[in-house]
Amino acid sequence: MMFTGTPLPTTPNPWTASAMIAAIILTSTAGEVLTAAAMKSVGDLDVIRARSGLMGAIRAVLTCPLFFAGVSFLAIAFFALLLALNHLNLSLVAPAAASLTLVTNAVAGKIFLKENVDRRRWAAAGLVCIGVYLLAH
Amino acid sequence: MVLGLVATCAPLGDSCLARGMTAMRPVSLAHPSALIAAVFTPWIGAGIALLIAFFASYLSALSWADLTFVLPATAFGNVTVALISRFWLQETISLERWAGIVLITLGVGFVTQGPALTERPAPISANPPAHNAPLEDPVTTEAQPR
Repeated sequence: MMFTGTPLPTTPNPWTASAMIAAIILTSTAGEVLTAAAMKSVGDLDVIRARSGLMGAIRAVLTCPLFFAGVSFLAIAFFALLLALNHLNLSLVAPAAASLTLVTNAVAGKIFLKENVDRRRWAAAGLVCIGVYLLAH
Repeated sequence: MVLGLVATCAPLGDSCLARGMTAMRPVSLAHPSALIAAVFTPWIGAGIALLIAFFASYLSALSWADLTFVLPATAFGNVTVALISRFWLQETISLERWAGIVLITLGVGFVTQGPALTERPAPISANPPAHNAPLEDPVTTEAQPR
């Protein structure tokens, strides 16, 4: 069955489109870094689940303040994505946001999470970034 | 398996969101309540359900692996969607897209061959670290992806 939805409105100017995509990238990067920091402070969920059951694992996540900070930013990123999808094509928003978020997360992971982003990880982020762009362009 | 769930649920959820939002009237920042109303439409609802499954798997992966390990590994979902569209939906995949598939696969192969977690020195105290404990200098470990 063919999808016959409402056609997209007039495409916004490049600055507005860039601002929409930048908002997704910045808020999702902040959300992912905060969430990753939260999960590291909680510990391995498989171990917690084995020791305290599923409810124990859920409780461990829900009692971590950093988790809620991360989820708040991810929620903002979600609504920024909805807004962008309402004005721009998925073929523009998805590859731009997905590929650039990989790079910003690698930088943020190194700076804020002190992760060991070695040459292998930079190369992987670069390859995936270009790959996502080519795949969805 | 956890990374596979992340890679499957996220692109399917995004596709549902895209279909739901393009079916709606244009939403402006002057009327943000329309975005709240969008959450209760069937396609957006299905998208949110898939994204909740994605998020649970994602949190589990982040509890035992680095963010810079999890994100490239889960980008394999893009390849999954492209292969489904080629072999199930019989869509044509251009040379450019095949190149994209190869690059993502190479990138995922690269990152998954390395250590999953940046190990930090154990705290001297016997008590578990506080939620807001500062991060120490990193050392790599050979934790394997699950």
